[in-house]
Amino acid sequence: MPASISELFWAFTRIALQGFGGVVAIVQRELVDKRGWLTHQEFTEEWAVAQIMPGPNVVNLAMILGGRYFGWRGAIAGVLGMVVMPTFIILVLAVTLANLIDYPLTRDIMRGVSAVSAGLIGGAALRMLGHLNTHVLGLRICLVLFTTTLLAIAWLRLPLIWVLLPLAAVGWLLSYRAYQRAVTT
Amino acid sequence: MAFKLPRLPTRCDDMTWSVIWWQMWDIFWHLFMLSLIAIGGAITVAPDIQRYLVVDNGWLTPMQFNNAIALAQMAPGPNLMFIPLLGWQVALNSPALNQLSASAPWLVWIIAVLSAFSALLAIVLPSSLLTYQLASWAHARRTRIGIKAFKAGLTPVVIALLVAAALLIAQGIPVVNGRLPQIALTVLAAVLVWRTQLHLLWLIAGGALAGALGWV
Repeated sequence: MPASISELFWAFTRIALQGFGGVVAIVQRELVDKRGWLTHQEFTEEWAVAQIMPGPNVVNLAMILGGRYFGWRGAIAGVLGMVVMPTFIILVLAVTLANLIDYPLTRDIMRGVSAVSAGLIGGAALRMLGHLNTHVLGLRICLVLFTTTLLAIAWLRLPLIWVLLPLAAVGWLLSYRAYQRAVTT
Repeated sequence: MAFKLPRLPTRCDDMTWSVIWWQMWDIFWHLFMLSLIAIGGAITVAPDIQRYLVVDNGWLTPMQFNNAIALAQMAPGPNLMFIPLLGWQVALNSPALNQLSASAPWLVWIIAVLSAFSALLAIVLPSSLLTYQLASWAHARRTRIGIKAFKAGLTPVVIALLVAAALLIAQGIPVVNGRLPQIALTVLAAVLVWRTQLHLLWLIAGGALAGALGWV
């Protein structure tokens, strides 16, 4: 865990400034691999909570972790770390580079960066998938839930809320029973 | 009104000030409400913000809106960074503010920055307060089976949402040199994140280079 609120603030500022589209991959690297504030499983679970809550999910994660370590002041430091520097940077970019958007080279570069951003998010997801074999539901049921969600969102394009509510409920019930069984046996 | 909004020492009438503050407040309030339903991040409410700023009020041109989203993608930070940029741009567009630019150009910049942070605060504050309350409530009960099962049950669902987001971004990239090179680049980046400890900025830089060389 971080030693001080300022360490927390700067850790999230560092994460934010490295994030070009795929912040989740950066958070995973920095917090789990480099700093060891969380285990892989803890990270995946906290990410799940941050993602289903309204609001930007990396900001939610910064806030949940900040709050966990240092109470509400930590929560504020986490959020500010995530957004303050990037806001100043984007305003400076808006003043200096806004016209660059119209150049073909900028668009070429953006396509490359977007393709990599998609890969970063996908890679972070692959790493999380790799840790599902220790999941209480077992790998097979997890993969069924995973595939159902993916098809509903990416293929059928159903509204998020109608996918999330029933599948979260099913996942909850199944996990609940699995934990109960683990307790009684 | 019971309270007086601050007046700054410039040659500018009350009418102009009330227009400037009212607009900032209107945007603040709209984003404030959207924040609470923005499940999956600020980008999920972008279509509604577009309707509000561009179509209904005409405070931004469609081009300016798209550029803000594009610029936010190029810049570091979470993907909600287009929000302060929109606040900034709306302020700079405002005719009321342009009246000031002759007498006090510095004031225009200050108000634009203020407008950017006001928009940022509006989109971050409500969802953060709600998340903070619920997360601390859940953390205090984290050993209970109900809470543990809730988090565990969500995990596979949420991983799928991440994959879906990756697919959506990949599909949104304009096709210039065919789909295949783009897919290859995305898959390569994903595998490198998954299997290696290569610094992620190298991947971004590699993507930029591949784009600049016209490969994707």
